[in-house]
Amino acid sequence: MTGYFLRRALVLLSTLLAASLVVFVVLQVLPGDPAALMLGTGARPDTLAALRHHLGLDAPAWLRYLRWIFGILRGDFGISYTYNVPVAELVRQRSALSVPLALLAIVLSTAIAIPVGVFAAARRGSVRDAALMGAAQVGVAIPNFWLGILLILLFAIHLPWLPASGFPGWGEGLWPGLRALILPALALALPQAAILARVTRAAVIETLGEDFVRTARAKGLTRGAALWRHAVPNALIPVVTLIGLQFSFLLAGTVIVENVFTLPGLGRLVFQAIAQRDLIVVQDLVVLLAGSVILVNFTVDLAAAAIDPRQRRPGA
Amino acid sequence: MRGAWRSRNLLAGGAITALMVLIALVSLVWTPYGPTQIDIVHRLATPSAAHPLGTDLFGRDELSMLMAGAQSSLSVALIAVIVGAGIGVPIGAFAAARGGVPDDLVMRACDLAFAFPALLTAVMITALAGPGAINAMLAIGIFNIPVFARITRGAARGVWGREFILAARAAGRHDTAITVLHVLPNIAAVLLVQATIQFALAIVADAGLSYVGLGTQPPQPSWGRMLNDAQTFIWRAPLLAVFPGLAITFAVLGLNLLGDGLQDLLDPRVRRAR
Repeated sequence: MTGYFLRRALVLLSTLLAASLVVFVVLQVLPGDPAALMLGTGARPDTLAALRHHLGLDAPAWLRYLRWIFGILRGDFGISYTYNVPVAELVRQRSALSVPLALLAIVLSTAIAIPVGVFAAARRGSVRDAALMGAAQVGVAIPNFWLGILLILLFAIHLPWLPASGFPGWGEGLWPGLRALILPALALALPQAAILARVTRAAVIETLGEDFVRTARAKGLTRGAALWRHAVPNALIPVVTLIGLQFSFLLAGTVIVENVFTLPGLGRLVFQAIAQRDLIVVQDLVVLLAGSVILVNFTVDLAAAAIDPRQRRPGA
Repeated sequence: MRGAWRSRNLLAGGAITALMVLIALVSLVWTPYGPTQIDIVHRLATPSAAHPLGTDLFGRDELSMLMAGAQSSLSVALIAVIVGAGIGVPIGAFAAARGGVPDDLVMRACDLAFAFPALLTAVMITALAGPGAINAMLAIGIFNIPVFARITRGAARGVWGREFILAARAAGRHDTAITVLHVLPNIAAVLLVQATIQFALAIVADAGLSYVGLGTQPPQPSWGRMLNDAQTFIWRAPLLAVFPGLAITFAVLGLNLLGDGLQDLLDPRVRRAR
């Protein structure tokens, strides 16, 4: 396990570095000089040069890359061009919304998908299985931002139970904040849950056909016990792997869904930063999001290897 | 082909997809009203005989806009898939044929590309390179490249181990010729299924981009943009926020069913996992 861990950790580090390099290079290639954008079209050349020097933009690209990376390692993500505050501070504020939103969506999606998938697998071929999987087939096809709009129509306008937009912050206690996150989290979670339920069902059906499940039944376990104690735990590895992979979709989803509900999270920050050509913020956010996807998948791989030693083989 | 008629997925998916394509084609020559024709007097009208799905905030006919929206949605998605497959398939086939270091490099590059949430990066690219349908096609297409590279490489490696490839090699055929003549025809089914799935994902991505104003630009109607406009008037005309979403869901559902059906038909050995 130690050898496996070290090998994976090395891949993790090189992937993170490569990701940061890609982000840096792409943002260099794309048009838009931050200094010129900050000063507007009427700026005098010497003012422009002074600002470029102040922002460190006159240094060669490789030096700017190294400064950026070593800054990040020290927790210094640079200063936002438009807000004039440390990017780390912006990220901290906005994460207070986006991280709980993403976690809530993952929890909801898993809590819905696994019972549905196991239930459908246990009764495969029945009318209820067909109905659940039909619903999942439609659920997969619904875009999360439209689901968000539908949820607003239903639970904020038709039935005025939950807020249609905005976020009051966590200052007034847990419930007002959580209330604002329920609809966006559902919009993110339900389409993901539909995919996850289908995979769970397929994985459980596969393990139900395995010899050890038959053995469990033969030694006198009830159908339910054989299902929950033997089939389900063995079916969980592809499910856990998928939850890890879905994390990336979830992050991208929050970018749009935060716009649907006008929530001041990381997704809105990305948009504002792009619109205002606040490139250092864009660069930091994209590398942070890619970094978190890489880290989550690393953790999922480790978890799978810890559960199932077969996963530790190279190339597995 | 008897199996094809038994597969409800294939039938339903094929029918829905054909209907969508038909609607997009018809909208090129005919829509009930001009999709950009403004009629302020009849703005935000509820569905009626004159306007079966009502009108939007400028009095444009909702049905006509939906039909024209199919046009931009399908063409953006189609080109995004062509870009992705056109670049990804050769890369994957090359990696499978060479093996060794080039193969490792290609696979590492794919892993790296998957670390970037696709839609987020598409947002970044279209926003910085300039919003519009062309950049949306490219931004979505770029994220189809690693998908096609990976699936081509995986499937092609399976074919490279087979005896008839060995025979072709023994006969002195070059790797490129083997790839084109023997490997690609044998993995065409897998690629077709993947293309269907990516087509569906591209429709969602395009709708997402145009919802946030980065995809197809007005006055050309797009489903995502219509949803965004509708949200502003959601209290007065809630139905306008329903129809474009139904269109997206319907199109995606049709393609997903078609993909599932094709998978069962063309490659019964592959278990349906998605």
